[in-house]
Amino acid sequence: MSARVTETGRGASPAVMNWLRGRLSNIAPFLTLLFLIVFFSIASPSFATLGNVGNILNQISITAIMAVGLTYVILCAEIDLSVASVANATGIVLAYFTLQDSYANIANVPVDGWAAILLALASCFALGAVNAFGVTRIGIPSFIMTLAMLQIGAGICAMLVRGQIAYNVPPLIATLGQKALGPIPYVVIVAAVFLLVGHLVLTYTRFGRYVYMVGGNREAAEYSGVNVKLVLASVMIISAVCSGTAGMVGVAYFGSAQQNEFDSYLLDSISAVVVGGTSLFGGRGGIGNTIVGLLVLGVLNNGLDHINIDSFLKILIRGLILLAALIINIYAQRLRSAQSAPAH
Amino acid sequence: MGVGTEAAPPLLELAGINKSFGGVAALREVDFTLRAGEIHGLVGENGAGKSTLMKIIAGVHADYGGTLRIDGQPLRFRSARDALRAGIGMVHQELSIVPDLTVAENVFLGSQPITRFGVVDWRRMNARAAELLRDLGIDVDPRVPIGSLPIGLQQLIEIARVLFSGARIIILDEPTSALSPPEIERLFGLLRGLRASGRSMIFISHFLDDILNVSDTVTIFRNGRKIVTAAASDASKGWVIENMIGKGHEDLEESYTSDMMLDSKPDAAVVLETSGLRHGRAFRDVSLRVRAGEVLGIYGFMGSGQLELARALFGKLRPDGGTLTIGGRQVTLNGTAAAKRAGVAFVPESRRSMLFSHEPIYKNMSISILDRLHPVLLRPAAERSLAERHVVSLGIRPPRVDQALGTLSGGNQQKVGLAKWLTYLPKVLVLSEPTRGMDVGAKEDVVKIVRSLREQGVGIVVVSSEPETVLSLSDRILVMRKGEIAREFASETVSKDRLLDAA
Repeated sequence: MSARVTETGRGASPAVMNWLRGRLSNIAPFLTLLFLIVFFSIASPSFATLGNVGNILNQISITAIMAVGLTYVILCAEIDLSVASVANATGIVLAYFTLQDSYANIANVPVDGWAAILLALASCFALGAVNAFGVTRIGIPSFIMTLAMLQIGAGICAMLVRGQIAYNVPPLIATLGQKALGPIPYVVIVAAVFLLVGHLVLTYTRFGRYVYMVGGNREAAEYSGVNVKLVLASVMIISAVCSGTAGMVGVAYFGSAQQNEFDSYLLDSISAVVVGGTSLFGGRGGIGNTIVGLLVLGVLNNGLDHINIDSFLKILIRGLILLAALIINIYAQRLRSAQSAPAH
Repeated sequence: MGVGTEAAPPLLELAGINKSFGGVAALREVDFTLRAGEIHGLVGENGAGKSTLMKIIAGVHADYGGTLRIDGQPLRFRSARDALRAGIGMVHQELSIVPDLTVAENVFLGSQPITRFGVVDWRRMNARAAELLRDLGIDVDPRVPIGSLPIGLQQLIEIARVLFSGARIIILDEPTSALSPPEIERLFGLLRGLRASGRSMIFISHFLDDILNVSDTVTIFRNGRKIVTAAASDASKGWVIENMIGKGHEDLEESYTSDMMLDSKPDAAVVLETSGLRHGRAFRDVSLRVRAGEVLGIYGFMGSGQLELARALFGKLRPDGGTLTIGGRQVTLNGTAAAKRAGVAFVPESRRSMLFSHEPIYKNMSISILDRLHPVLLRPAAERSLAERHVVSLGIRPPRVDQALGTLSGGNQQKVGLAKWLTYLPKVLVLSEPTRGMDVGAKEDVVKIVRSLREQGVGIVVVSSEPETVLSLSDRILVMRKGEIAREFASETVSKDRLLDAA
């Protein structure tokens, strides 16, 4: 996992404690994951099987694609509440431009598959650009701006399908959402590619460094000559395009395009990023953290199914896990602030 | 005690006040007397102890040595509320009004009259506010939001609020710094009216003309001690400055004249030029020139507009008018990234706003030059080796570029903030309060860095409210006063008292 850490000292045991404290936000999610794996492996014989590992990866893939973009946004100390809605709208735009069977009663505009994909990508880019414009040019807090976009996305979905369900998507997307390359489903591969590229950009490019710096201290970034507004606009658009891709692949994965089908993904993707230990205050964390967060949520959801728990209790347990992660997130931030106070 | 010839005990009397912060004495054996119906001016340099004394009187600091008496009664305030109950109110430089509330709501903040149904009685509140303000000669509609009024009027209303809350003693901290001359006259009219009604005021300001104009008495502070109290009618500006700076000021001048014979460079190319630059109330009509290899000092009291001017030069504030020319090209700076591209570098006055304290030293230094190392990718090895060079040449301790910046001392952090502009020299370097809060050694280092940049042909602007900083660094000095350039010193010897006199 990518460990972005502060070196504070070495050798003596207080230094070791400091070292551990500085990494609390990386260690805690990892220990949680280990604990959950061990717990479910003991509690259910069907959990720790190769087939089930495949299930878990399959189940978290759509969330993972969204969480990549969201990681960028949260690293900048912003938030994007429109991810699920943009995903849904993009998936529906894709279906809208694909020839549907006659029983899908939708007044749509069929075009070639590649054109439908481009149009869908253009729509999520445009929605992200509107978010970017609102946040950087008008100065609307991202929380409110993307809340509005959540509604706009839902509105686009409603307008295009009018309560109906579309089933067909272009063949390329259908392959990515439903087929497998040997034993590995394409959707897992797409998620892995997004996570890998997301990690490489964040770690090895100038833009990635700016994302961390803008999140770490926006004012200082500005006084260092970084174009803060451009960075913020870029992460809003990256988030929307990731969401849009998740939406396209997701529609194929679910086998249908309809209103509200991504609703649970908003909470899932935010949870994955935060549970993984990326700081809500920006500047700390990364794709490595998000992967751990995704696995924690995936193992939890899957494992709870294996031990035949009351499905209502399952919702409560997920809420409690998220609360615990938030507490650790805030607590880790406080420890770090205390630690890097000036020497005198 | 000097004063105290009146028969009745003085309204406010402090004796033998001592106060220290973490072992550093801020006030030493200070006596202070305020009579009823007196306007008492308080002057001294930054850090002389004026504010600390006022905070003791206003109940902000409770742990101090010495006694405080009101009407002869010894008292010790535990909080600002205690002080207010005893009749002491304070009007801060940053007004504590709520801009979106109406004038009446601000006047009655927290004590609005209510009807018997428990809701705010607007009619009565507006009528009372209008009446109260009219008594003070302030004619204003109590129903308009206070934020829509000119700042001078807002300040008068804040004073009214303090009065209404029962204050007999009003402490005014830099009340004139943001006011225009007619607004100042109006304020002084109000203060004189209050004096006639037996209220007393303590007036803290750097603007000596204003203090001498309105006060009955002035007290001068230096290095935590009260130097002298005198009738304002006997005090001249020159005499006040002499007492503020102290007897050693000839030595000071001595030490600055050797290096400090101002020496502009008329032949070098102009790298920065502004003409008629203005921004809101902060500054206006600023025209200046900086040549390559020249250090232009801009001196002014806090709130004179020099900090805003520095930000405008770096594209952080968009000027409302005027032109800006950098390296011979007229530019409109649309953000700090544009300023950097045009060749301007900036080091802000606050450490917090220039540094990433959780990040290692090398990332703090490389942030401004990443685009030069590679257009897309990072070059961590190059970043580290550049940082190592700067760490050695600037004497940054400890010299470990992977160490988190937040663990360094303040002076070393500030050097890191400077270092990020040194790899590729800018055309213009703007330094805002470059030595604030530094110890002597770190200050000398900064002076050395600035000198070496000057040798290499960088045009440097040093903006400060500390005269020593400007004097020790500059080739030419502009003095800003209330948003305008009041005076230029060039090619001459200049001393601290001449500088203060011009501000």
